[in-house]
Amino acid sequence: MTIELVIGAVKAIVMVLLVLGLTTMMLWFERKGAALIQDRVGANRADIFGIGKRFGMPNFGIINTVLADPIKMFTKEDFVPDGADRFLHWLAPFLALFPVLITFAVAPMGDVLQIGSHTIDLQPANLNVAALYLLATIGIGVYGIALGGWASNNRWALLGGIRASAQMISYEIAMSLAIIAVVVSYGTLDLQQMCRLQGGVWFGFLPRWGILLQPVSFIILLIAGMAESKRVPFDLPEGESELVAGYFTEYSGGKQAVFMMTDFAEVLLVSVLIVTFFFGGWQVPWLARDGFHFPGGGHLGLPNLVVAMLEFVAFWVKVVIFCCFQILIRWTLPRFRYDQLMRLGWKGLVPLGLLNLVVTAFVVVVAGGK
Amino acid sequence: MPIGIFMFLAAFAIIAGFGVIMQRNPVHCVLALALVLIDLGVLFMGLDAVTLGFLQIIVYVGAIMVLFLFVIWLLNIQADPGAGRHLGLKLFGSIAAAALAAEFAAIIVHAPKIREIRTLPADFGTVAALARSLFSDYLVAFEVTSVLLLAAIVGAIALARKVSAPLVLVTPALSRDVSTPASSASDPAAHRKSA
Repeated sequence: MTIELVIGAVKAIVMVLLVLGLTTMMLWFERKGAALIQDRVGANRADIFGIGKRFGMPNFGIINTVLADPIKMFTKEDFVPDGADRFLHWLAPFLALFPVLITFAVAPMGDVLQIGSHTIDLQPANLNVAALYLLATIGIGVYGIALGGWASNNRWALLGGIRASAQMISYEIAMSLAIIAVVVSYGTLDLQQMCRLQGGVWFGFLPRWGILLQPVSFIILLIAGMAESKRVPFDLPEGESELVAGYFTEYSGGKQAVFMMTDFAEVLLVSVLIVTFFFGGWQVPWLARDGFHFPGGGHLGLPNLVVAMLEFVAFWVKVVIFCCFQILIRWTLPRFRYDQLMRLGWKGLVPLGLLNLVVTAFVVVVAGGK
Repeated sequence: MPIGIFMFLAAFAIIAGFGVIMQRNPVHCVLALALVLIDLGVLFMGLDAVTLGFLQIIVYVGAIMVLFLFVIWLLNIQADPGAGRHLGLKLFGSIAAAALAAEFAAIIVHAPKIREIRTLPADFGTVAALARSLFSDYLVAFEVTSVLLLAAIVGAIALARKVSAPLVLVTPALSRDVSTPASSASDPAAHRKSA
């Protein structure tokens, strides 16, 4: 009993630390990625007591973005505007971040790890209705943004908040349709089970990944997920050229940092979802529980610990790849107009999602025949 | 579910429910209502109706309460400075509250004793069980509800949609002939001419 609790706590702590660490690192990806795309150097200044310079280390600006910026933000004055709803103004950033963070509880980081007599499922919380849990927590995420906009007592902020909630609710529908189609084709709501079903190969060599099963869902989930994270090209709620900064116009210091972190955590969440649903989760091609089974017929036996480590690393590498992909899109495309955004959501993605769902259900019923 | 957790959640729901009716600011009321609904969702999960609990949170908290917020903001409803003048409302409210209290009393009196509760089937509360009962025992009711919702959506769109006036090219000569107030009001150029 006690050991189970300890195992659960360790899994949760590992997940939280990884998510927070990667979220912070994404700030760096974002800034250096933007610099790379815009053909400039980017953050390259801060150093600790000149140590890096003395030893001739190249400065990649990691200290700037990961250490100096957060310290700067959290030591700034935390300003609350006149006439604001003080309690909700304080609560809103945390209300935005919290649902995103708890969603990671169902992300499977690996198959099973054998330690002594214990078989540890490398998923912080094994929930058999995980897909519903995802939709519920993502749905709650709207509140922090909307309330942040309202509680600031500022027209721009309120407009941003209203835009954000309209956008997030609209794209949640497309997102749910994509997830439902995935659920129908796997026949389970359990994310760990979905990852296990993506093991094995087709035609002797092709990994059985979801992207080959549900390509349309992948596209819908990618677009809708990017709209959920409210970044360019879907950054209408915070469009600088129209709304100052949208829903966090009146936020400063640490609370604004929390809002920023929410955006990045959402990017990470979208990547986790995409990897879990469509890119095999923790699956490494041709790797089974007892080692590699190569297409040619070769077999490389590996101990459980190595397999688990490989899966764990593979999962996070895939997630980081998709984070980078989203950052690439963010610095490539211009912002949508509001009517274009709504048209894409309601006239593009929702009908496409419905069609995809109907076709998927038809194929499952005809092909399954169980 | 341990009785202690149940008591805590139930008490929390009641306190949040008081928050809905006792606060002046409508946004705070909606938030309290969202708290009640999340709490009920957790109660459902604790009572083994896991699917229903999550659906409750997805539908009510994730969508309907956000729409409530929308309506409050769009209609710009301000904090109520205090009732007192609305005697009719008070009377109606008292009658409705009394009726609700009587209904609750009737339910509680007829509630099954703890000893009489039967054991649940093994698949109680799973998605499969819920779907099976929706698409077999309650199929007609389910489909009729869907049609009703669809009709409501179509009706809402029909009501909300602005009927645009037929496009009239307004030249100075023509603008004098535009006599219907609707079309002249919708066209600033024509409006300026007539004024």
